[in-house]
Amino acid sequence: MRRARIITGLATAGLLALSACSSGSSGGGANPADGKPPKIDKLASLGAGEGQVNIVSWAGYVENGTNDPKVNWVTDFEKQTGCKVNSKVAGTSDEMVTLMKSGEYDLVSASGDASLRMIYGGVVAPVNTDLVPNYSDVRDFLKMKSWNSVDNVSYGIPHGWGANLLAYRTDKVSPAPTSWSVVFDNAAANAKHITAYDSPIYIADAAMYLMAHKPELGIKNPYALDDKQFNAAVDLLKAQNKNVGEYWSDYTKAVQALKSGNTVAGTAWQVIVNLAEADQAPVAAVLPSEGATGWSDTWMVAAKAKHPNCAYKWMDWIISPQTNAQAAEWFGEAPANPKACEFTSDKGHCDKYHAADAAYASKIWYWTTPTTRCLDGRTNVTCKDYAAWTQAWTGIKG
Amino acid sequence: MSLLSTDAGRSGSSGPARRLAAWLHRHPSARLSALLSAPVLWLGVAYLGSLAVLFLSAFWTVNSFTGEVVRQPTLDNFRTIVTDAVYRTVTLRSIGVAVAVTLVDAAIALPMAFFMAKVAAPRWRRLLVVAILTPLWASYLVKAYAWRVMLANGGPVDWLLGGDGNGPGYGLTATILVLSYLWLPYMILPIYAGLERLPDSLLDASADLGARAGRTFRSVVLPIVVPAVVAGSIFTFSLSLGDYIAVQIVGGKTQLIGNLVYANIGAANNLPFSAALATIPVLIMVVYLVAVRRSGALEEL
Repeated sequence: MRRARIITGLATAGLLALSACSSGSSGGGANPADGKPPKIDKLASLGAGEGQVNIVSWAGYVENGTNDPKVNWVTDFEKQTGCKVNSKVAGTSDEMVTLMKSGEYDLVSASGDASLRMIYGGVVAPVNTDLVPNYSDVRDFLKMKSWNSVDNVSYGIPHGWGANLLAYRTDKVSPAPTSWSVVFDNAAANAKHITAYDSPIYIADAAMYLMAHKPELGIKNPYALDDKQFNAAVDLLKAQNKNVGEYWSDYTKAVQALKSGNTVAGTAWQVIVNLAEADQAPVAAVLPSEGATGWSDTWMVAAKAKHPNCAYKWMDWIISPQTNAQAAEWFGEAPANPKACEFTSDKGHCDKYHAADAAYASKIWYWTTPTTRCLDGRTNVTCKDYAAWTQAWTGIKG
Repeated sequence: MSLLSTDAGRSGSSGPARRLAAWLHRHPSARLSALLSAPVLWLGVAYLGSLAVLFLSAFWTVNSFTGEVVRQPTLDNFRTIVTDAVYRTVTLRSIGVAVAVTLVDAAIALPMAFFMAKVAAPRWRRLLVVAILTPLWASYLVKAYAWRVMLANGGPVDWLLGGDGNGPGYGLTATILVLSYLWLPYMILPIYAGLERLPDSLLDASADLGARAGRTFRSVVLPIVVPAVVAGSIFTFSLSLGDYIAVQIVGGKTQLIGNLVYANIGAANNLPFSAALATIPVLIMVVYLVAVRRSGALEEL
């Protein structure tokens, strides 16, 4: 009993001490509201390789034949440049940011919802695109975008892109949907069989839908939402939640749910649809009339890279026609380099992923990190940042 | 060390190991502390220490944009958890799932354990125990994904219940079902051990005195088996309370505390908030264990 009282006393004292200094806390570090990312110089000229390069990447972007002996574009790179590749696969954008902050990596294949955070956090440096010869071939609609550049300074080399499509079961959903309304306003028709992507970034899908259907909200960019717009998107998703069967973030789970019919309509990637179709499931995908969100990945160099020359050599290698073709085909996305389309083993690959279709690409709102500074250029309001999106996402799922 | 040498000098025996042994023999408390220091250190540093760090970091925050941990103590995380309704809902749902899993397991385990301990022939008992333990050899993930396939639309469960869509599908029911399946052995084994200690003669005496099966169960078996059930429930309850993988696989859109912790580490990169969330199940378990201690069930473990 006496001991219990001592412990209680200690705990109370600790709490008091903590709460005493709890006031007046504020986050340090860079904030996009302040304006510019930290000034970091880009590499001026290319030197000799340092013998190795440490890469953080999405699964399937750095393949050395261990997953499939036929899928290997690392060995030739090592032979030609003398740069040994050490790669670390990250599962999420946030994991990538954390790994890059450790300072042990030279290079990262960042999606748009990670890239800005790393730019403003001073984790990555601007990229001198003149030192990457293959950059000139990259499709123009991927260059100098809001997720890979700030104030006309390039921070990376585009790798490939894809859209979050509306996938549906052709036997269960008729007529064939042409609008996202099948998962929003009309979702009740397929109650408990709707699926959605399990990430806060999915709020942008709802915002994009509202952009077309509730123009009075004045949404110009689904990643730049002020209070009112944000609440409207969250409400839409809360209403959708009643009809959702499950949320997916593991793409194999999405494939299986589409095949079994647990999911009859919802957001998916092209590669998911291909895998389900390969198993004879009656599944199709469409880019709805409202457009779609998507991902466009960018190779970025660490601000304190220990092997910058090898990192630049890798960036040039990965978007070279042959390698870009191999990587895009293995992952299931559109390659950034149009010349890659000649080298895919499936000659229809670029058509299937609409790689040359600028109109298709322009309908895609690429994942971008929401910040308090509105990305659509408004300065009279503050927008909801990614932390607010994350918290709201928990609330949406209930 | 000086104590050791003077001591050894007096005893006059040869060899340091022998002298140490002799000294330890005369000092039982030193013997005990030497024996226990390693496990106590393990418990204190690796286990309680990490809990303390967890609790401490729950008072930190994260810079929302750069993801840097801000080491300034604040109660913001706890304020969010207390004021935001969604965390209350998820906590109650998690407790509900843990209670339901415990009840389902107890209902299945009681007759099974009774059969194993009292009805089956002794040579069968060992085989039955092996049969109960075998599922534990298979990977958790394999079993959970197997259930995902079984519960799929038009899968075996639907077929058993008479057609597509008749089964529970993915959701809360499926979560309770799969967790009950996963943790059943942890309930059966303590009850089996408790029932084994029940002498058959007590059952005979009860029957001789004219009690029917139900009366014997209530007045003889139950008082002896309750502490065992409570001991088993510690496993099923705590394991269900912390689970997040089975929920992700068969839970549909269901969120439990574990999912929130996982999402805040994996997706949101907000370790301090995860730590704050993780203190909820710790508190629930402390309350539960204190209640269990009063029932005397801890002696059954």
